Amino acid sequence: MFVYADNAATTAVSETAINAMTKALRETYGNPSSLHQKGREASAALRQARETMAKYLGAESREIYFTGCGTESDNWALRYAAKAGAAKGKKHIISTPIEHHAILHTLEDLEKDGFEVTLLPVYDNGIVRVEDLKNAIREDTCLVSVMYANNEIGSIQPIAEIGKVCRERGVLFHTDAVQAAGHLPINVVEQNIDMLSLSGHKFHAPKGVGALYCRRGIPIQPFIYGGAQERGKRAGTEALPSIIAMAAAFAESCEHMEENMARVSKMRDRLIAGLKQIPFSRLTGDETNRLPGMVSFCFEGIEGESLLLRLDMAGICASSGSACTSGSLDPSHVLLAIGLPHEIAHGSLRLSLCEYNTEEEVDYILQQVPQVVRTLREMSPVWARMMEQYPNPYKD
Amino acid sequence: MAMEYSEKVMEHFAHPHNVGVIEDADGVGEVGNAKCGDIMKMFLKVDDGIITDVKFQTFGCASAIATSSIATDMIKGQPISEALKLTNQAVVEALDGLPAVKVHCSVLAEQAIKAAIADYYKRQGIDNDLSRCADCEGCCGHDHGAEEED
Repeated sequence: MFVYADNAATTAVSETAINAMTKALRETYGNPSSLHQKGREASAALRQARETMAKYLGAESREIYFTGCGTESDNWALRYAAKAGAAKGKKHIISTPIEHHAILHTLEDLEKDGFEVTLLPVYDNGIVRVEDLKNAIREDTCLVSVMYANNEIGSIQPIAEIGKVCRERGVLFHTDAVQAAGHLPINVVEQNIDMLSLSGHKFHAPKGVGALYCRRGIPIQPFIYGGAQERGKRAGTEALPSIIAMAAAFAESCEHMEENMARVSKMRDRLIAGLKQIPFSRLTGDETNRLPGMVSFCFEGIEGESLLLRLDMAGICASSGSACTSGSLDPSHVLLAIGLPHEIAHGSLRLSLCEYNTEEEVDYILQQVPQVVRTLREMSPVWARMMEQYPNPYKD
Repeated sequence: MAMEYSEKVMEHFAHPHNVGVIEDADGVGEVGNAKCGDIMKMFLKVDDGIITDVKFQTFGCASAIATSSIATDMIKGQPISEALKLTNQAVVEALDGLPAVKVHCSVLAEQAIKAAIADYYKRQGIDNDLSRCADCEGCCGHDHGAEEED
């Protein structure tokens, strides 16, 4: 059996997106900046895609900028907010230690330019507390950037509350919604979001296309200079077929969001309940306030890359935050930030589901994971040492 | 970036040889630490200077398990003097190469064998000067002169 359970890494491209994209590749090949009929046709398709994206975010279409990926959107939002802040003498930014590297590495670079960064604590459930945010905001705070939902442990942040506090205090609020877009309801107006990043390939669009929402009235400056595309804010000929595909995929995901959330979270909860039966296992992230498809665990006594590759051999595509999968000596910064010791963080497994997964696949995962964990534990000296202290659950 | 392992590595990872414990071992060596994500423990049975049996337990990634498997194969039935000559480069070569970031696993395997032999010598009351990378236990990724492979 083959099971793709790594949808937080990327998703399969939907038929809807493929059809929209191939049609655009064949027919809508004009440059939206051209004045002739092919250009006008392309320009109309671009406008329509922008309207679609705006509609499902609760935004206006002129507030949507198409980008190359979620990382570009994140970089753009942070660089702009930092520059605008510095112009007013405000060089303090608030974020969290569990952000994606697109945020964290940009912040590190801004620190080199004299910015001060406060990372809010996320506690063991991986969720920030609004009180901590209130206390952290200073006179010179120019930006708060908190991800909508985490890509490793699935924790969902109190975005509307954070947005409210930021609006009251007059601080720009950006959220990296790469994992949330298309999977969780978003309304930028109701949630007081000033800037939001998203990426198409996390909701069944192709890779290489994303968007930045930037609230009207915020005088965002270009990140990439050149032509007049995207109202002069993001130069470069628009990747129209990808943009059209992303809008089609986003519309489909948002139209079916309620049913998808119900079906996917049911599979998630069955997986969580089943994997919790494995001795010396622990769920990472919040028990209930988590992405509909996110199943994240640590299994003591084993290492994540081995687990991952053994599951791969059994046909299951998953992910891990172990050091060996990152190519460094440290396990995932997210798992360390929620207080897991290195030894336990090394044994992490992430299974991320989407609406394409089935109950039969859940059954298969529940059959395979406990076996693989047991096999690896039986060759582990760490497990052997643990079993000198505790009764061995695998002894008959 | 996805890790590319040779078929040999995957074969030893999928079906590792010599996994287990020798209860009445003549020498036991353990290197690495869980914080870094790799621990190897080796058990030797020695008869008349010959390693008659060897078993291992490993906590770690696929390459840590594969290097333990092939390294134990390489010293089984060998005189101790030969086992001491086993280098991490030889282990890497026997596996048809390791990704550069995984070369430290082969160093750990070499160290685990040396630690087990040192323990054997100690139990026999034989002086030895088997030096190990005591500070980092391979954790730091010292390549100990190994050629990094793609």
